Amino acid sequence: MSTLEKSNQAQFMIELRDMNKWYGEFHVLKNINLQVQRGERIVICGPSGSGKSTMIRCINRLEEHQKGDIIVNGTELTNDLKNIELIRRDVGMVFQHFNLFPHLTVLENCCLAPIWVKKKPRAEAEATAMEYLERVKIPDQALKYPGQLSGGQQQRVAIARSLCMNPDVMLFDEPTSALDPEMIKEVLDVMIELADEGGMTMLCVTHEMGFAKTVADRVIFMDAGQIIEENEPHEFFNNPQHERTQLFLSQILQH
Amino acid sequence: MSSNRPSSESPTKPDSTPRFWNDPDKRALIFQGLIVLALGAFILTVVSNTLHNLEQRGITTGFDFLSVEAGFGILQSLIPYSEADSYGRTFIVGLLNTVLVSFLGIIAATFLGFLIGVGRLSKNWLLAKICAVYVEIFRNIPLLLQIFFWYFAVLRTLPSPRQSFELFGGYLNVRGLYLPAPILEDGFGIVWTALIVGIVATWLFKRWADKKHDESGREYPVGLIALGLIVGLPLLVFFFAGAPVTMDYPALKGFNFRGGVTLIPELIALWLALTIYTAAFIAEIVRGGILAVPHGQLEAASALGLPRGRTLRFIIIPQALRVIIPPLTSQYLNLTKNSSLATAIGYPDLVSVFAGTTLNQTGQAIEVIFMTMAVYLTLSVLTSIFMNWYNSRSALIER
Repeated sequence: MSTLEKSNQAQFMIELRDMNKWYGEFHVLKNINLQVQRGERIVICGPSGSGKSTMIRCINRLEEHQKGDIIVNGTELTNDLKNIELIRRDVGMVFQHFNLFPHLTVLENCCLAPIWVKKKPRAEAEATAMEYLERVKIPDQALKYPGQLSGGQQQRVAIARSLCMNPDVMLFDEPTSALDPEMIKEVLDVMIELADEGGMTMLCVTHEMGFAKTVADRVIFMDAGQIIEENEPHEFFNNPQHERTQLFLSQILQH
Repeated sequence: MSSNRPSSESPTKPDSTPRFWNDPDKRALIFQGLIVLALGAFILTVVSNTLHNLEQRGITTGFDFLSVEAGFGILQSLIPYSEADSYGRTFIVGLLNTVLVSFLGIIAATFLGFLIGVGRLSKNWLLAKICAVYVEIFRNIPLLLQIFFWYFAVLRTLPSPRQSFELFGGYLNVRGLYLPAPILEDGFGIVWTALIVGIVATWLFKRWADKKHDESGREYPVGLIALGLIVGLPLLVFFFAGAPVTMDYPALKGFNFRGGVTLIPELIALWLALTIYTAAFIAEIVRGGILAVPHGQLEAASALGLPRGRTLRFIIIPQALRVIIPPLTSQYLNLTKNSSLATAIGYPDLVSVFAGTTLNQTGQAIEVIFMTMAVYLTLSVLTSIFMNWYNSRSALIER
């Protein structure tokens, strides 16, 4: 199980096979099967408590799954720390509450992992960081502390921080849910730009249906720990198959 | 002592000058003046009354008594002291003994407290439970009782010198712990030189390694090399210089041991009790500090692929330390002040020697108590200043 069979051209970027997870007695994820192509952009939605965050948090081992297989970029996720480390290098993550390091400046937040995980020279790490801060449009905030920034700015720093590690996959765990309405757009714009560049595999848990329509190659609907329905966005929104999906969509699209 | 209110009248109401006793500014002045008068009268009464009473009892005030011969012996002294020395010298002896036990206590309690605090957070169930039980036992028993326990129940029941326990070339018995003392011979100076060279070299190497790391990302085993330079180098020089040290071993002569260093049981008991008691509080402070770092910080570090050690060093410790240091300072102050319980088992600290024996013999209560309080105040303020300085260095700017 723990062999490092990392073929460069694994068929799928991410593959979940019959993945199950329990919190004690509670069965959070039930027989999840999911295959994600390289460069594919997936939006995951569903009611709260449906297990969507838990599912993507299993992919970089912030949560442990108990049954089934998770294979990321050809590496199987097991208890082997080596494998976990390998996968985490390839997978970036953006959190609902940003989780920036409050005691480090924006630039230091972005350089920490490249310097101490990828062993890059500081000057090179800083140059890369500035490049990504440029792309999320806040290079002028580089020397400030996270506490001095607005929520939207903090989330864009968090995205830049992940990108500095040059990941193949980006996981977004409700990146706009903690933001004021006027700041949601600036974060979504950055994410759309990232998607438009192509090449990045993206899994995004979000309720921003506009974003899903513009960006997603595929929308996945989850309920009660199961994937109920998946389809390309046009079909998903206009012609939902499952009753539960129809109900969910009617509720969130009312406004 | 003036009030903060602007005293100029508002220009829009030129005619509304209030009567003298209705003007808040003037009222405030009157009340403050009255308070100052009352306070002054009170102090005057107390001082003159005290002086009068002292005069009636034939006690001369002033600090002349400090140069009078003390005439009593002291169990432990860090400086040469005999009965022929003055009361002033008993003050210094007591002060040094207080500083000694406080200093030893602070060092040991910090180490033990950090270990227990981190241990209580361990994933190892047994270790975590043991640490929890430790904390709950030792912080919930009065310190005085703990001092009595170590002194009367443990150390006073040890065997007599003839049946001493032998440990590491030292002896433990009812009279204390007798340890061999190193006597430095000529030529030991070169070992000190080697130590200084080692420290300077380590500092230079660390700077060089940091610079190299910034430039190339390459890491050097700084810790290992520092160990080699600071410990290894002096050790090597020591042996090449022919080990210029002789040990003065304690030996049984008559009814007691002579030679070496002696730790009296009073010091050991007080040190143990202060350490163990304060460590329980420090453990909780450390645990609280670590738990105060939000879980999201750990998740973010994991998601970035930072290994555990690095996460601890760059994310957890800097954020925890800022929460830990202010209450840690309070514990250091508590320990220093609690050391005055020494008097209960006769450890010759400042309170026991100076505010005890010296006060009794001279009757100079006011001067003695005043000096003793001034000492504790000074020690505490010095500790506070140092810790505040350290805190401002480790405090994190966040905005």
